[in-house]
Amino acid sequence: MHAFEYIRARSVAEASAALQADPDARPLSGGMTLLPTMKMRLAAPSCLIDIARLPDLQGISLQADRLRIGAAVRHAQVAADPQVARALPALAALAAGIGDPQVRSRGTLGGSVANNDPAADYPAAVLGLDGIVHTNQRDIAAADFFQGLFSTALASAELITAVSFRIPVRAAYAKFAQAASGYALTGVLLAEYADGWRVAVTGAGPGVFQWQTAQALLRSNSASPDFHQAAIDEASLNTDLHAPPAYRAQLMRVMAAQAFASLSRPS
Amino acid sequence: MKIQLTVNGQSHALDCEPRTLLADLLRETLGLTGTHVGCDTSQCGCCTVHLDGEPVKSCTVLAAQADGSRITTIEGLAGGETLHPVQEAFAACHGLQCGFCTPGMIMASVDLLKRHPEPTDDQIREGLAGNLCRCTGYVNIVEAVRVASRQMAAAGSKA
Repeated sequence: MHAFEYIRARSVAEASAALQADPDARPLSGGMTLLPTMKMRLAAPSCLIDIARLPDLQGISLQADRLRIGAAVRHAQVAADPQVARALPALAALAAGIGDPQVRSRGTLGGSVANNDPAADYPAAVLGLDGIVHTNQRDIAAADFFQGLFSTALASAELITAVSFRIPVRAAYAKFAQAASGYALTGVLLAEYADGWRVAVTGAGPGVFQWQTAQALLRSNSASPDFHQAAIDEASLNTDLHAPPAYRAQLMRVMAAQAFASLSRPS
Repeated sequence: MKIQLTVNGQSHALDCEPRTLLADLLRETLGLTGTHVGCDTSQCGCCTVHLDGEPVKSCTVLAAQADGSRITTIEGLAGGETLHPVQEAFAACHGLQCGFCTPGMIMASVDLLKRHPEPTDDQIREGLAGNLCRCTGYVNIVEAVRVASRQMAAAGSKA
């Protein structure tokens, strides 16, 4: 790792000002992606602004029809939180399946969402659960936030403070995990709302996306949708050493069927 | 930079670089070489320690991030000459071959038994998903966690 400065920010405003002052500074939350990237010398920030303990980025609360989770809340906290288990059991299960126990003790919601890894689990929840990304500057709808492969709508000194998820009638997430990393080779989140279904897919494409064909299938037959007849444009899907596009397309169908079979309601 | 850590109950005022990894600080500055560094890429879990009670891979935590925290390493598990029940079980079940992954396996096992005092086999394997044994000695490692769970239940002790 190259040398850098380390600052533990005392407020969101201080962190944002430090990022504004130095274009090579980076915010540090759990560090589960940033630190390994720096160790491989694929990133060499001049300064890390540690925001993990900022009080304004903590906490989980129900606000009307939304569950709001602070950006620095760690995956293990989401997985074990009784409020999340009641209001959004599908989200608790998703958080419990990220990486491994040690990653879940450190990795944070805000860090995962800001990184927008095309195979990360949380982006599927943010898009599928009609999420709003709250920052120190504005509120950004999920569809506007994610802009493909590691890209988001965040400006350079903009920090995610929380993400709020709209409570669905029922929802579920199913993923086919890459065996070594735990990342989603393909993951599908289904959510039913009074105004329709939302289906978000991670891992299969260059970034999380809404799967319109599956949403239409669920609209026309929400009792027993046959995802196996869903046509998929394979040219838009990823290929790598783990799986070609046709395999990922088939995983989308299978994961959608698995998620459908395990839909859970708030209790 | 100056940091303060409580390691295995003992408070330390330390000087380190911002880029110093917690694993390196424990091993090189404090001489606690029971925490092993197997891969240095967050894969193998040999460097697992407890940070404020949570299992972490100390090769992927900056010492600076841990400032003010309480750390438990493998050296801090036993009570004097009395081994922790998980340590006893790993020895009794031969839950090791070369032994390199053992400190991390034990620290991860203590955490999983805290969350699941009577784990199913799936919960044991899931709880150890962040730890690799290059000898592939998983059968006896899983058995050691089962045995530790039973012995801790019988003794009424907590992980």
